[in-house]
Amino acid sequence: MSLTGNVGQHGHFRSRADGNLEEIFREAPSTTTFLYLATPYLCMDVQEAIAALHPLERAVLPHIRESSRFPDIVAATKLKDVEVMRALQWLSNKGLITIHEDVREAITLGENGQRYREQGLPEILFLRHITGIATPLESIQQGAHLSPEELRASLGLLRKKGAITISAEKQGTAVSITAPGKQMLQRGSLESAFLAQPFPRDPAALRDEDRYAYEELKKRKGILVVKPATLRTASLTELGKAALQAGIKGGRSVEALTPELIRSRAWRQKTFRAYDVRSPVPAISGGRRHFVRQAAAYIRQIWLEMGFQEMSGTLAQTAFWDLDALFVPQDHPARQMQDTFYLGDGRQVLRGTLPPLADAVRSVHEHGGKTGSTGWQCPWDRHLAEEVLLRTHTTVLSARYLSQLKEFPAKFFSVGRVFRNETLDWKHLFELNQVEGIVVDPDANLRHLLGYITTFFTKLGFSQVRVRPAHFPYTEPSAEVEVFHPLKKSWIELGGAGIFRPEVTAPLLGKDIPVLAWGFGLERSIMDYFSLTDIRDLYRNDIKQLREIRQWMR
Amino acid sequence: MPTITLNKRVLESLMGKRIPPAQLQERISSLGVALEKIEGNEILLEVFPNRPDLLSEQGFARALSSFLGIRPGLREYPVTPSKHIVIISPSVAAVRPYTACALVQGLRLDDERIAEIIRIQEKLHGSYGRDRKRVAIGIYPFERITPPITFQALPPDEIRFRPLDFSHAITGREILAQHPAGRAYGSLLAGAEKYPVFTDAKGNVLSMPPIINSHETGRIDAETTDVFVECSGFQYPVLQACLNIIVAALADMGGRIHSLEMHYGKTKRISPDFTPRNVPLSLDYVNARLGLRLSEQDIPRLLAAMGHGYQKRSALVPAYRADILHQIDLVEDIAIAYGYGNLPPQAPLGATVGSEDPFSRFQAKLAELLTGLGLLEVNTYHLISAAAQQGMMCSSIPVVLLHNPSSKEYDSLRAWMLPSLLDVLARNTHHEYPQNLFDLGTAFRRGPTDTGVTEHQHLAVVLCGERANFTAIRQVMDYLLRMLGVGYQVRAMEHTSFIPGRVGEIYAAKTALGQMGEVHPQVLANFKLEMPVAGLEIDVSGLFSLLQK
Repeated sequence: MSLTGNVGQHGHFRSRADGNLEEIFREAPSTTTFLYLATPYLCMDVQEAIAALHPLERAVLPHIRESSRFPDIVAATKLKDVEVMRALQWLSNKGLITIHEDVREAITLGENGQRYREQGLPEILFLRHITGIATPLESIQQGAHLSPEELRASLGLLRKKGAITISAEKQGTAVSITAPGKQMLQRGSLESAFLAQPFPRDPAALRDEDRYAYEELKKRKGILVVKPATLRTASLTELGKAALQAGIKGGRSVEALTPELIRSRAWRQKTFRAYDVRSPVPAISGGRRHFVRQAAAYIRQIWLEMGFQEMSGTLAQTAFWDLDALFVPQDHPARQMQDTFYLGDGRQVLRGTLPPLADAVRSVHEHGGKTGSTGWQCPWDRHLAEEVLLRTHTTVLSARYLSQLKEFPAKFFSVGRVFRNETLDWKHLFELNQVEGIVVDPDANLRHLLGYITTFFTKLGFSQVRVRPAHFPYTEPSAEVEVFHPLKKSWIELGGAGIFRPEVTAPLLGKDIPVLAWGFGLERSIMDYFSLTDIRDLYRNDIKQLREIRQWMR
Repeated sequence: MPTITLNKRVLESLMGKRIPPAQLQERISSLGVALEKIEGNEILLEVFPNRPDLLSEQGFARALSSFLGIRPGLREYPVTPSKHIVIISPSVAAVRPYTACALVQGLRLDDERIAEIIRIQEKLHGSYGRDRKRVAIGIYPFERITPPITFQALPPDEIRFRPLDFSHAITGREILAQHPAGRAYGSLLAGAEKYPVFTDAKGNVLSMPPIINSHETGRIDAETTDVFVECSGFQYPVLQACLNIIVAALADMGGRIHSLEMHYGKTKRISPDFTPRNVPLSLDYVNARLGLRLSEQDIPRLLAAMGHGYQKRSALVPAYRADILHQIDLVEDIAIAYGYGNLPPQAPLGATVGSEDPFSRFQAKLAELLTGLGLLEVNTYHLISAAAQQGMMCSSIPVVLLHNPSSKEYDSLRAWMLPSLLDVLARNTHHEYPQNLFDLGTAFRRGPTDTGVTEHQHLAVVLCGERANFTAIRQVMDYLLRMLGVGYQVRAMEHTSFIPGRVGEIYAAKTALGQMGEVHPQVLANFKLEMPVAGLEIDVSGLFSLLQK
C-alpha cells in the first residue's frame, strides 16, 4: 500500500513499495490527497497521527499534560463524559496518550448530591426565597420545595454561618437575610463550588478550599459517598508531545462526502480526515429466522434429499389415531392424565368422532383381528378412543397417511410439534419437536432400516451409527439408535427405530406390509450446536439471545 | 420404565459363571436391556415394559444365561397337581372377577430371597400390574392356611380382620380409611358394593385384594417352605402370565410347582398352566422381515438363545413370556439372537421423489419476506393461560381448554397469537427498542371436525417502540400482501384489544383475513409494557387457500 503525505507546505512525497520516498508534486496545495493508514498499531508518524485526528480528539489532546485526571479533562473541555471517553480511547489507540486506570477510594455523588448539584443546595434555595424582612418559614419551605429535614438542616447551617437572623412573629418563626448571607447568595458557597466540579474525585488530591467543603458535605445525608471507583488519568506519550508541538489545529479536512461536494467538485480542494479503521463500531442486528426453525429447515432438507414426502396434520387428535390405531393398549401408562394432555373443561374430556376403520382396530386390540396375533385380550372401549388429546408423537400422522395410502413404495417424513404432560425444567418441555420418517414397501426389511438409518444420520453429521434392541408398543423389531459424538468421543442415544407391527399395518393398509420407521427429538439433538444446556433456553425468546445466537450453518 | 438393581454375585451364581464387566455390559445391551450402570457389586438396569419376566434376579439370570449360551433352550418347569382347590364365588364377578393361583413347595428361604420375592411382587405391581389395578398379587405362607380357599366378595362392613402391620382387627371399610395401603389403593374399590376377599376353610380372611394381607396369615419368613400365590384382576390370560412369572422365579429358587383346581362355578381351570405356547413360525416370514437367508436348521439355535423351544415349524414359547403376541415377536427374538450388530445394513430401497408440503413452503416464503424487513422471528408455545388470552387482552374470545393442565400458566390452547407475542415483549423490557417480532403457528377454536377443534395457521407481527403505530403495522401488512400479489381492503372495526379508531380488519376476495392496529394501553398495562405496540394477526391458512385459487 502506498501513502502520500503532506510534509509541511512544500513538497509532496510518496512512499514507494520499496520504502523510498519519491517526490511527486512540486506545486503544493490544490491536490487532493486521500490519506489512509496501512500499517497496524504503533508505527504511526506524527503527521499521520495529526491528520487522522477527530474533532473530539483535537479538543481533548491539548488538555492532557503529564498526568491529567479524567474529571479535570471533562471540566476543561466542557464536553460530555462519553465524548471525552471516546476521544481518550481513540488517542490511546493512536499511541498519542496512555490511559491509567486506578481503582481507588474516590468521592462520588450520592442521591442527594446529584440532585443538589443540578437544582442547588437546599440552604442556597432557602436564601433565595427570603423575600424582604422576616419571611415566614412556611413560605420559604413552600417556595423552595424543601423537605422538613432539609428545612431544619438549612436553618441550622445558615444560622451557624451567620447568614440569617431568626425572629418569632405572630404567624410563627420568620427569617431575614444578613449581609454575609447576601454575599453567600451572590458569590455562591464553597460547598456549591465543590459540587459543581466533576466527579469522581480523588480524596488525596483535594485543594484546601475543597477540603473544607468536603468535610462539611460529608457530614450531610446522601450528598457524598466515598467508595471504590475507577479513577482515570491520561498522560502524553512522546508521540503525543510531538504532535502537540507540531500543532494539531488542522481543520482543513472534511468529515463527510456530501452530494453537494460531489456536484460542485469542491472535493478536489479538500482533504478527508482519515479514520482509525482499526476501531470497532457498534454492532447492528437484522431480521432472522428463529434458530430452532433454522435447524428444522436443515433436517427437512435431508429428508427431501432422500426422496421423502412431507406429512402434515393437526395438533389435536383423537386417542384413536394417536394411540389405538398404533396398537397402544388402552391401559398403557402413557395414556394417563399425568403423561398426556387431554382437551376438556376439567369435568369432561372433549370427545371426537371415529372413522369406520375403528371396527378393524377394535378387532385387532381385542383378539388380533385377522393378523394372527393374540391382541391385547381385553375389551376395547370406544369412549376412550374418542377422547381428544394433544398429539404425543408425530407417528399419529404416519397412521393417518397409511390409512389413505393406495400405492407403494412410498416414503414420508414430518418435523412437527408434539406435547407431553411434563413440568418445565432443564431437561423437559411440554411442547417439543419430533422428527420422523417412514418407508412403506412390501420388500422392506430390517437391514434396509439399518441402511436408511446409517444414511440419514451420516447426513446429519455422524459417521458412526449403531443400534441395539429396544421396545416401542407399535414396532417390532424395535431399536434404539446410537451415534458416536465426534466431540464428546462417546456413543450417545439419539433416537428410536423399528418396523410397524402387523397389528398396526393390517388395519391401516389392509394387509401386513412392512413399514420402516425411525425418529428422534429435535431439541436435544441441536442443543450442543448452540451451546445450550437447559432445554428451556431453546424457547426463552430472549431478544438479545435471538439477535446474537450463532446462525445455523450446516 | 421399570428398573431393577441386581446383585452381581447373585447373578453370577445363578448363571453359574463369572463374566468380566465389559463383556457383561455389551451382552446385556445386545439382549435388549438398558444398562444404566455397573457400580461395584450392583448392576442397575432399565427393563422395557414388555418383559416383566426380567424384573427378578432369577428371571434375568435365566434370560441372560440362555443368551450367553450357558443354558439355552426351553426350560422345563414340571407341575404336579396338588389335591387343593380354590373356589371362586360369582360374587366377585362385579368387582374383581378372576384369580389365578399356584402352590410352590419345598422352598428354602433366607433374608435375601425373601427380600427378592417382595421386590418381584412390588415391581410387577408397579409395571405389569398397572399399580395393582390390572393385577394384584398375594404371596402367603401356606402353612397358616387351611384349604380350601375361597375367593368371594362381601359387604365392606362384614369383612373383619387384622390387616398386616396393624394393631387390631377392623372392617373392610375401616381399612380403606385407616390403613396406609387402604388409603393408597382404596380408589381401586371405589363404588364397589362388595369388596373381594380370600378366605380359608376356617373362615379366616387371608387378604382383601388389591389392598392388604391379613396379619394372621402373615408374611413369608425364613421358616416358610410352602407358598400360596394368587394373582387377581380382570383378564385371566394376564393373571396367568403374571402368576407364571412369579412361580418360575420361585421354582428357580428351588421350589416345586403344584397346581390347584380353580372352580369358577361349574368350570374348572387348572392353575398354573406351564404348558409352553405353540406359535407357528414361517421361515419365509422371518427371512423377509430380517433380510436374511436363514435355513430351517438355524432357527432352533437362535430361538434357544432366547429361551424358546422349536418343533415342527412352531416355536415353543415358555409360559412366563407375556410378550409374544404374534410371530413378529419371535422374529425380533431371532434378530436379537443373531445380533443386531451382525446384520449388515442394506442400501436403501429404490429412489422416490421427495416433496415438501406446499403450505410449509409458503410459510418459509412468508418468513423470508418478513426477515427482509428486519423482523426477528420468535418461537412461542401453543399453550398459554386463558387469562393471558382473554382478561389481559381485554377480550372475550372463546378458547379451547386443557382438561388436565399441569399449571395455570399453560391451561388453554391459544385462539390467537398476539397474546403470546405480547408476553414475549413483556419479558424483554430490559433490551433495546425497537423490538419488531413475528411468529408463525397454530390457533385453535371449537369447530366441526373429527376432534371438535379447528386449527388454522396464523401469522402474528408486533412492532414495539416509540414509533410503533398504525401506519407502521399497515406498511408491514401491505408489503407482505403486495409481494404475494394479493389485493386487499381494510375496513374499520371494533376490537376491544386495540385503541378505538385505530384498528382495521383486512379483507381479501371478500374473506376476512385478520386484523391490525395499535394495541390498547390497558392491554399494555396488563402485560406491564411501557412501550407502544402495533400488532397484526393474519390467518395464513386462509391466505394460502386464496392463493391456490
